[in-house]
Amino acid sequence: MSLPYLPAGLPVPVSEADGLSAPYWAGLRENRLLVQRCAHCRTWQFGPEWLCHHCHAFDPAWTDVEPRGRIFSWERVWHPSHAALKQHGSYIAVLVELPEAGNVRMVGNLLGDPMQTVTIGADVEGVFEHHPEAAPSFSLLQWRLRGAV
Amino acid sequence: MTARERSERTLRGRVAVVGIGETTYYRHGESPDPEFKLALKAILAACADAGIDSRDIDGFSSYSDDRNEASRLAAALGTHRLRTAMMQWGGGGGGCCAAVANAAASIVAGLADCVVVFRALAQGQFGRFGQAGAVDMISGEKAYLMPYGVLAPPQRFAMRVQRYMHEHGVRQEAQRAIALASYHHAQANPRAVMHGKPLDADKYDASRWIVEPFHLYDCCMENDGAAAIVLVSEERASEFRHKPAYLLGAAVGSGHRAAATAHNATLYAGASFDTVAPDLYRMARVGPSDVGVVQCYENFTGGVVMALAEHGFFRPEDANAFLTVENLIAPSGRLPLNTSGGNLAECYMHGFELVLEAVRQVRGMSTCQAERSDVAMVIGGPMVTPVSNLILGSKAAL
Repeated sequence: MSLPYLPAGLPVPVSEADGLSAPYWAGLRENRLLVQRCAHCRTWQFGPEWLCHHCHAFDPAWTDVEPRGRIFSWERVWHPSHAALKQHGSYIAVLVELPEAGNVRMVGNLLGDPMQTVTIGADVEGVFEHHPEAAPSFSLLQWRLRGAV
Repeated sequence: MTARERSERTLRGRVAVVGIGETTYYRHGESPDPEFKLALKAILAACADAGIDSRDIDGFSSYSDDRNEASRLAAALGTHRLRTAMMQWGGGGGGCCAAVANAAASIVAGLADCVVVFRALAQGQFGRFGQAGAVDMISGEKAYLMPYGVLAPPQRFAMRVQRYMHEHGVRQEAQRAIALASYHHAQANPRAVMHGKPLDADKYDASRWIVEPFHLYDCCMENDGAAAIVLVSEERASEFRHKPAYLLGAAVGSGHRAAATAHNATLYAGASFDTVAPDLYRMARVGPSDVGVVQCYENFTGGVVMALAEHGFFRPEDANAFLTVENLIAPSGRLPLNTSGGNLAECYMHGFELVLEAVRQVRGMSTCQAERSDVAMVIGGPMVTPVSNLILGSKAAL
């Protein structure tokens, strides 16, 4: 397995104490992207909430989504805002919209050269990044240009 | 006041700022005083400016989880009684005008008579916003961001601005003009932390990226200090030492699902004023062309670009043409902006220094006085939610 995009030591994502996002984080660990979709009105919703914002049905259903999208926005980070990044150098964060899931958006890193030219609208596909050694272990969803190896 | 005006639900003309005060503004970590002492110094300075006994304060209002709570302030100052104590929800300076609106509403509603609105920050004592703290685990909205290195405000907001620049063809020079205007004004302001440290286009262009599209000078400072104002009802406004600055209007909030995590706001590429700016103009009964001078919170210059467009000063497509240094500087630019130096160059007092500067403009006492200053706007905390704004005016503007 390839190395994580960013060094260890950044905060580990965990579900809220009430379990709201637990299915999402558990899904990533199984190479599944789960997004809420209301069983009643079919509205997609991300991040999760206990209520569908469209029809007010409770507990929108967690639904499998293909991790495919396009770059909605991006940034290249230079200044390290965390001790774990002090020696790391620049990196790219992207905001990806998922046309197959109601255009919900999610933040991740764009794999590859941190100095690459980033194009808004470019097609990307998800790459599950597992951190089995972390305590607790967790997984992230990263992105690479579609067709890139 | 006419019967119609009396029955109207508005803050327009009902309260006035009669005192302003601030501490020395310090670079972060350099205040010799703890934060609570800074708050007390600013409040006492505002009372002295108004010429009132601080024991007559009967309410406190602040925002962004200010740590200096009202009851402790009332006890420390020995105020005769406490009648209102208000905290505006939300962070990031979005509440700097809301705190004034809440204080004004409490006075108009008869809950209090003399309310202090303030903000105090000692980042040396309590830590900086620009560095993520040493937390091991994270949940909620930040869980979708921090593991990807989207940690502190610069990274949290750069993608919004990048998208806006993409949608509307805004160039880096528009952000640069905002930074240069703030630094220009700070050179005339002895209170400013960046007084004596001018900035020019070459220095801006050569400065390091914090996160694209923000250079170092697109980002606010972090500072220690405190600032406060004294607010009373319009009936009493003329009893004090200075020319009153009347509140013409204020508005608070954000649009549809602005807080949808993570980066799922319906209107993503914006500053959150899409619904709030029309509310402000409606209450103040003025339009953009009536506003002579603007103080707009610079967390990042890109937020200012979006906020000014959302307040109708130019169309987004015209941002490059409008946002030039010449247009943004006092006394006679088209729209003098951040005439004290603002968060970039006077002091990052979480935007409250902007409220004090708007009062100075209405009084005619700014170190960079605008030619048209009877109607002075403050815009708080672009891109966060809730945001807020206000308009102050002279008696002539009522």
